[in-house]
Amino acid sequence: MTKKDYTNVISKIDLIASKIYDDFEKADIPYLQLPTRTKANIKFDDKFNVWKYGKNTTERSAKSLDGAYMLLRTMYLVDFIKTMIKTNKSSTLREMYYISEGWDLAKFHSQPESNSLAEDLEVITSCMREDFKLRPEEDGARVIGNLTLEEMTRNKTKKKIHCQDDVGDSGYSIPYNVEPEKISFKGIDADFIIAIETGGMFDRLVENGFDTSSRAILVHLKGQPARSTRRFIKRLSEEKKIPVLVFTDCDPWSYRIFASVAYGAIKTAHISEYLATPSSQYLGVTPSDIKNYDLPTDSLTKEDIKSLKSELTDPRFQDPFWKGEIKLQLKLGEKSEQQALAKYGLDYVTDTYLPEKLAEMGMIKK
Amino acid sequence: MAKITAHELAKKQKEISVAEFFERNKHILGFGNLTRALLTSVKEGVDNALDACEEADILPDIYVEIQNHEDEECKVIIEDNGPGIVKKQIPHIFGRLLYGSRFHAIRQSRGQQGIGISAVVLYGQLTTGKHAKIISKVEEDRPAAVMELAIDTNRNRAEVINRKITHWDKPTGSRVEISIMADYKRGKRFVYDYLQSTSIVNPHAQIIFKEPGGTEHIFERTSEALPKKSVEIKPHPYGVELGTLIKMAKHTKSRKLSSFLKTEFSSMGSRTTDAACERAQLDKSLSPKNITREQFLALHKAFKKVKIMAPSTDCLSPIGETLIKRSLKHETKEISPEFIITASRPPSTYSGNPFQVEVGLVYGGSLPKDKSVRLFRFANRVPLLYQQGGCATTAAISSIDWRRYGLDQPSGKGIPTGPAIFFAHLSSTLIPFTSESKEAIADIPEIENEIKLAFRECARKVQRHIHKKVRRKKTREKFDLITKILPEIAKKSASMLNKPVPSLNEVITKIMDVVWIEDLIEYEKISGKPVQTTLIEDTLGEHKEGIITKSNIMVVNYMRKPQKFNLYVVIPEDAVVGTVTPKPTRIANNYIKWNLDSIHPTGKIDVHFELAGLGKGDFDENDMYIENINPSYVIGADKWEGE
Repeated sequence: MTKKDYTNVISKIDLIASKIYDDFEKADIPYLQLPTRTKANIKFDDKFNVWKYGKNTTERSAKSLDGAYMLLRTMYLVDFIKTMIKTNKSSTLREMYYISEGWDLAKFHSQPESNSLAEDLEVITSCMREDFKLRPEEDGARVIGNLTLEEMTRNKTKKKIHCQDDVGDSGYSIPYNVEPEKISFKGIDADFIIAIETGGMFDRLVENGFDTSSRAILVHLKGQPARSTRRFIKRLSEEKKIPVLVFTDCDPWSYRIFASVAYGAIKTAHISEYLATPSSQYLGVTPSDIKNYDLPTDSLTKEDIKSLKSELTDPRFQDPFWKGEIKLQLKLGEKSEQQALAKYGLDYVTDTYLPEKLAEMGMIKK
Repeated sequence: MAKITAHELAKKQKEISVAEFFERNKHILGFGNLTRALLTSVKEGVDNALDACEEADILPDIYVEIQNHEDEECKVIIEDNGPGIVKKQIPHIFGRLLYGSRFHAIRQSRGQQGIGISAVVLYGQLTTGKHAKIISKVEEDRPAAVMELAIDTNRNRAEVINRKITHWDKPTGSRVEISIMADYKRGKRFVYDYLQSTSIVNPHAQIIFKEPGGTEHIFERTSEALPKKSVEIKPHPYGVELGTLIKMAKHTKSRKLSSFLKTEFSSMGSRTTDAACERAQLDKSLSPKNITREQFLALHKAFKKVKIMAPSTDCLSPIGETLIKRSLKHETKEISPEFIITASRPPSTYSGNPFQVEVGLVYGGSLPKDKSVRLFRFANRVPLLYQQGGCATTAAISSIDWRRYGLDQPSGKGIPTGPAIFFAHLSSTLIPFTSESKEAIADIPEIENEIKLAFRECARKVQRHIHKKVRRKKTREKFDLITKILPEIAKKSASMLNKPVPSLNEVITKIMDVVWIEDLIEYEKISGKPVQTTLIEDTLGEHKEGIITKSNIMVVNYMRKPQKFNLYVVIPEDAVVGTVTPKPTRIANNYIKWNLDSIHPTGKIDVHFELAGLGKGDFDENDMYIENINPSYVIGADKWEGE
């Protein structure tokens, strides 16, 4: 692992401090400007085929109490990052949250608050949080399939890992850093990647040997996937030219999981081109599947309905497939789970459902 | 059918005894049932005691005891430290109905008809057969007189059953003991409520209530000043009845109509007298004794057509906003209300009778949010406990839309719901009650309207208070921003860049862009030396210790240009102004005015003043106003609208 050059990061951080300082000198009310990070401000980027922030900006101004607090916290945060770079340390997002306890007025009240400010800082400086020596505490998801990769271990030796032969039933665990200096992909013999929302379904496919029988790389998303999981999928898909299929529950929250894999998440739209895999396809479970497979269902809750309606106005869901499916679901008033397929027996998903769906999508021949 | 002659009828016609009259009408006198009878008995006794003490300039100490040895029989004991009653008068006052000193006087007092306490004696006699016992002491060094009385109902005269003398520790005072049929269990709550309410409107009185079980409740005195003594006035032409006018003319010592009108009526000067006589087409030199009924009728009509000045309002003795606020605060201590707001109207008249309305509102604290607002009604410092629905006060409150003021009120009419207590006090020389039991104020339009205006003013003050609180909170935040956070941002950015900390003044004025006024009130206890005298007349007793209210106001100009304007602070009329800095331009009886020097950007002026003669918490919020500056530039004070 080569030592990273942080000069650029430091000068970008100092730029924030001098912007504020200069505002005071010019007797202007200090402020910072950053893109508005909402659904209304994401635009499709033709170059990368992903959704990125648009032109709308938000001002964090010292005019209001909230704005002033944000600026003060930003100052503390950049100072902290600068110190970490200088002393060659790094911290998790959670550690940073606890460190803010000592920041007096600037202390955060919750971790989402500090996480969000770290994202803001990425957006303002166009750096990544890895540049700030900040890392997530989330552990990566799991992978099983006919794939060989090489990982740089802690004692700085490269180790080849085969994701079927060298791992147990829980699979290969994706580390938080999946950049080339840490991981490189070697041999692969598979037709597609299936990214699976729930652990239960992942284990079902593993137990039924679906990775072998259908030549699939199985990736467990663990709900809303971590940055490293999305980055792993993107690198694997693009470097090895292998399609990605997303297999989730049938509810509005699952569609957002797909959107973050395929189009980029609203929260991280500033680095969508780095995380999203635009060629990903949604496999199911779709609202149509509820009807076609006569799946057991639950009624939509108020929140579900609100969320579905919000997706109807989400620019990422504006194609005929999604519009049709979401409208159908609102009409049905029902949702379902991946594991509802067990209604027809434990093998039904691997013997019937997936083969039928994959054939429909042209991934395998019937 | 045999014809009945007038002679036969005459055999049946006889004087109705007061006892019979009472028996038939006891409901309208307040003895309708056993619960009411208990309250009415206590009430008549306490009202008399308070009136007696005040007339003699004594701060009342009232003691009420109820004994309940047998079912449905109570002994009511009421004792005061008043001037006592001379021996000769005792039988008349306690043993004769419709006997009293106040019936003919036109001034504000509690009892009026003289039916009160003797009715209790009669009720006791009729229901228990027992005699009333009266103890009275009129001079400090003399023994007290003890008298047992019965009422001879045929003659409406007292019968003295027993008389003796005794030793009594009190310097002066009186005590009555009357046994009556009453329902203590159910009446207890009303007695307690009545005494508590009485204590609210009589802050100068101490009332002790001893229950049959021996439990004692003490309603403490919160003001050492006796109420302003009401002056007796002559009848006003607008309010006089034709019959009264004729009777007055018959008894007058004046020999001419003009002097009769001028001396026996209020507000009748030469010009008004001339105008009235001219209007009635009467010679003003006519002898009042020779005027015919038709001429009196013309005069009576003429009164209504001539413009006559309102009667003097000296005869009224309102409680005053400061004391109302203090009393309400004292009585609602356990509720710990968010705020107490009062309003009072200037005196007004109806049919020639002066009256004045004072209202108050207690809000928040532990008051229930989902119940109807509780209404405390008073007339001449007497609580009105029954017939709330038929009272002019209720009608006035119901006609205001309270929804704008943070209370619930379906369809914007009726008694609102919410965490509040309403207080209304009517003072008048003649309270127009709906009935003899004196429980509800009649729907006189002038009175109802004044009550409405008073509550509207109160509601506006509530709104202003709420508005101010919200604005203050916002300003407080801004203040934190510029005093704490902004300097921190500057310091941090400077330290990261290794540069000197930049100046903040200009940025601060840009962020705030207002003149900011903030105040703080403190109280300081002064002991050992007497407090400065108050403006209230007839203040009795030297204060051994007092409270100085200290108000500190900070005015900061957070605008980019220098500002110069006038500042007003409203102060209670009964406060005495002590030290004031900087030098004020004017101290009026209800405000202090300063012409402030020009304040430079981020410059500050400290205004300070002291008030004496108020209790702790009487003045707990500065009411600040500004003049000669755009009000939207100022936070913490409103536009001065004139006096």
